[in-house]
Amino acid sequence: MNTQILLALILSGTIGAIAGYLGSLMLSKRMALMGGALGHMTLPGVALALLYDFDVSVGATLFLAFGVLIIWFLEQKTRLHLEALTAVVFSASLATAFLFLPKDDIDIALLGDVSQISSITVLVTVIISIVLFFTVKKIYSSMVLASISGDLAQTSGVNLKLNNALYLICIAVTVALGVRIVGGLMTAALLAIPACTAKNISSNLSQYTVISTLAGSLACILGVIAYAILGVPAGPLIIIASALLFLVSVFKQQKG
Amino acid sequence: MNNENIVLTVSNLQIAYEDRQIISDLSFTAKQKDILVFLGPNGAGKTTLLRALQNLLPYQGTVSWNAQKISYLPPQEFLQRHSLPPLNIEEFYAFKTADSKIIKTMIADVGLDESLLTHQFSELSTGQFQRMLIGWALLDNPDVLILDEPTSGIDLGGEETIYSLLHKFWQNQNLTILLVTHDLNIVWEYATQVICLNKQQVCMGTPDEVLTPEQLKRLYGTGIKFYKHQHR
Repeated sequence: MNTQILLALILSGTIGAIAGYLGSLMLSKRMALMGGALGHMTLPGVALALLYDFDVSVGATLFLAFGVLIIWFLEQKTRLHLEALTAVVFSASLATAFLFLPKDDIDIALLGDVSQISSITVLVTVIISIVLFFTVKKIYSSMVLASISGDLAQTSGVNLKLNNALYLICIAVTVALGVRIVGGLMTAALLAIPACTAKNISSNLSQYTVISTLAGSLACILGVIAYAILGVPAGPLIIIASALLFLVSVFKQQKG
Repeated sequence: MNNENIVLTVSNLQIAYEDRQIISDLSFTAKQKDILVFLGPNGAGKTTLLRALQNLLPYQGTVSWNAQKISYLPPQEFLQRHSLPPLNIEEFYAFKTADSKIIKTMIADVGLDESLLTHQFSELSTGQFQRMLIGWALLDNPDVLILDEPTSGIDLGGEETIYSLLHKFWQNQNLTILLVTHDLNIVWEYATQVICLNKQQVCMGTPDEVLTPEQLKRLYGTGIKFYKHQHR
């Protein structure tokens, strides 16, 4: 097998798995919105990375951090909701990205690129994904409890603000990793679709998290295999594979 | 009164939200094994008070607990039962204890069938859901149980079942209960102490002292008749 394809499979499978795992906690509308918005916020960073030839995930992370800081600052200074502020910042990010995104590289920024992956990138991605997994695993049950009721969680000793901040940081890092394989426009799907697939066919929480993780990974692997065969960008193929897995789950879904 | 028996002391409590005063100058104590009921019209600040007592809201004044473990069940409308991951009841209980024997005993104690442990929240009726929550709240043997309208949305038969259940736990354990309810029959039957609240303390005492036409009129601003049955 071509080494580049092998590296793409490992990288995408890992990112898909961690996105599926984290996405299984993306229960509220507010969080789901954040996933999509964060993806768009990476675009100026991706544009800069393409312009000055450095790693797109690094550029994406820098701009995500910048965007989150701006949202946090505006939240302190205004009485607007997080959703409204996110909409303002992600639209501005998108507009800024298109101002200086190199025309030849628009495809890469919007759809991702798995054709040039180094083994160092794969190694760093795997290590980051492991750290993300254990961080979220530690707060997983608290986050589920908080989704039932914030008050119930807080009176049970959960530090809601800390957990939410940790989860948001983990989502932001996952989005920054995901931008490489599916681009800035489709990272929300990378997070959301595996969880929907898992919810259709799971009867308990343990099954749900495992299936969401596996479905995320499998969709990415299938997408990269299709890319190797068809030669079209892997990003859309990954999301189509994820949507097809979801479709299968619809016909196998559990009651309730 | 023996100070060691006091589990909660509230002094000069003031709660405001965006320049709007919700609770003014409230002081009271609750002692061990009290069933302390907060009674008052909608918007009187009862839920706000319960939340402030647990540091869920900022307040001025003093709230001092002498209890190791406090369990709280928010009102049903504050609880999400749908759009959740497929969490079943056993997994929900396992957030508090990994001992499946304790979980099975508790589910039986709240009068639910063991088979419901594999069910999800959305598959339970409102009454089953509330009983399941009471079991969850009592799982780690709290000293104090705080309940905010635990029977809202439940029919009369279900309501009686829930309060009988709570009373049974209260009798068998060293439990103090703080309760918000609108049901005067429940207040009369189970409360040891009542605080009438309408932004501030309107009256306080035993059900016998509080459930009088005069006090109820002061509290609700309209004539409410309550017939006391002597077989309590």
